[in-house]
Amino acid sequence: MTTTQQLARPGSRQRTMSPRRRARLSRAIQYAVLLVVLGAVVVAADWDRVGETMFNPTVAREMLPSLGQAMGNTIVYTIAAFAVGLSLGTVLALMRLSSVRVYRWIATLYIEFFRGIPALLVVLTVGFAVPIAFDVRISSLTAKVAIGLGMVSAAYIAETLRAGIQAVPKGQIEAARSLGMSQARTMAVVVIPQAFRIVLPPMTNEVILLTKDTSLVFLLGMTAAQYDLTKIGREALTSATGGLTGLFVVGACYLCLTIPLGLLARWLENRSGKGRRA
Amino acid sequence: MTSASASPTAPPAGSSPAPAPIVTVSGLRKSFGEREVLRGIDLEVRAGEVVCIVGPSGSGKSTLLRCVNLLEQPTDGRIEVLGAEVTDPDVDLDLVRTHVGMVFQQFNLFTHRTVLDNCTIAQRGVLKRSRAEAERIALANLERVGLADRAHALPAQLSGGQQQRVAIARALSMDPQLMLFDEPTSALDPELVGDVLGVMRDLAEAGMTMLVVTHEMAFAREVGDRVVFMDDGVIVESGPADQVISAPREERTRAFLQRVLDPTHQRTASGAN
Repeated sequence: MTTTQQLARPGSRQRTMSPRRRARLSRAIQYAVLLVVLGAVVVAADWDRVGETMFNPTVAREMLPSLGQAMGNTIVYTIAAFAVGLSLGTVLALMRLSSVRVYRWIATLYIEFFRGIPALLVVLTVGFAVPIAFDVRISSLTAKVAIGLGMVSAAYIAETLRAGIQAVPKGQIEAARSLGMSQARTMAVVVIPQAFRIVLPPMTNEVILLTKDTSLVFLLGMTAAQYDLTKIGREALTSATGGLTGLFVVGACYLCLTIPLGLLARWLENRSGKGRRA
Repeated sequence: MTSASASPTAPPAGSSPAPAPIVTVSGLRKSFGEREVLRGIDLEVRAGEVVCIVGPSGSGKSTLLRCVNLLEQPTDGRIEVLGAEVTDPDVDLDLVRTHVGMVFQQFNLFTHRTVLDNCTIAQRGVLKRSRAEAERIALANLERVGLADRAHALPAQLSGGQQQRVAIARALSMDPQLMLFDEPTSALDPELVGDVLGVMRDLAEAGMTMLVVTHEMAFAREVGDRVVFMDDGVIVESGPADQVISAPREERTRAFLQRVLDPTHQRTASGAN
């Protein structure tokens, strides 16, 4: 063919296969590898034992009554912790953006500290060390979890909010001020609504992380009525017949909470993202 | 349109028979760190005047404009706008800005709000107008810039030229006594420049006081009463628009105009250097 001769690659011998053909072959191989791996897993696993210990319907049915309450508790702990985290985080974010240097230092110190230590330590401290040190008794378990986890997530939320506020183009603020709007009004009407749109995806992440972190509630000791999802799963694990089924049921429950959350965030994002510049 | 006449809440603006000065700049200096971008500027804009500021980029003309409504804090000097000394920390800057419209190179429309909201948001929040009144005024101004039919669109759905005309309508909705334009057509595709300049020409003919930073020499000559040529932080030459552009007195002005008006010639000339 004359065209191939004209387009021959300099210095390389004529390939037998065109790049597009090679790409197609490569895709076929990738599919084949996937099938082989899946097949190996299916063949190698002992499905009878898997079914009995991990997906045992009788055990799952036994868990059902307490599951609703546990899920409710997990949701309550999450919402309470997020409420604390968001309020404290907003204050910290504004402090980080403050023109008063000392406020900026305090906020930075707080954020670096609570971002760096495990949530477990904070929850234990709030639950046991604070009552001893200050002779205050936080009687409600929900309050203890909310304060402990909220203090940690406030550090992350503060950074997210600060980044969101700073990501609003400076021109938006200049335009608002040029129209005679005060600094506070500019913040409320122009900056915060646009920052909200920017922080929505990372904020969803934060809520999902919190949902899972509420499993730390077990550290504080609780009555059966206060059990969260993870605790229920662990109870099932240690019971005579339970096996691993409990953990799988609980895992599915967590997904039932977090996946809709992700979908909601995506929907909100699309809805408010219509006006966004490409 | 009554927008160019005095508004009752405006600071008093002198009572001489000659048109009152709307803007008086004296001895203005501005530094960014070590770099001094304005090195002693004196400028006066009288009511109804259209003053165009031209000059090479980096000459300080945008900074001068932004100092007038204090988007930039002057390092030294006095600026009086509508009789209020904006450099005085006791002056209510928000009140002064309410009467001074500003149009930016990048439009800066509020991207999360519709065109109509963009034009009513400050009317309602700052001037405390009712929703109905604010919308009536906004629609009248959108009509004036030819975009009343796009009132419910979002800024992202408009072309650059349309966005800039909305930005002008937004500023006009506050009934300003002075309009500042900071290179309003520099970010536009060439075929969209004409619409925006047309709106500005209409505005000038309606008697609006305007201070315009621009690279559009034809506009400056035709619409401007006065042209101010700036270079390197100082005003090199200032005079009637036609005279400064057609018969500049200063060598620097002449060189700049030649570069702007005949860029091809410039390119060959600099290539020969």
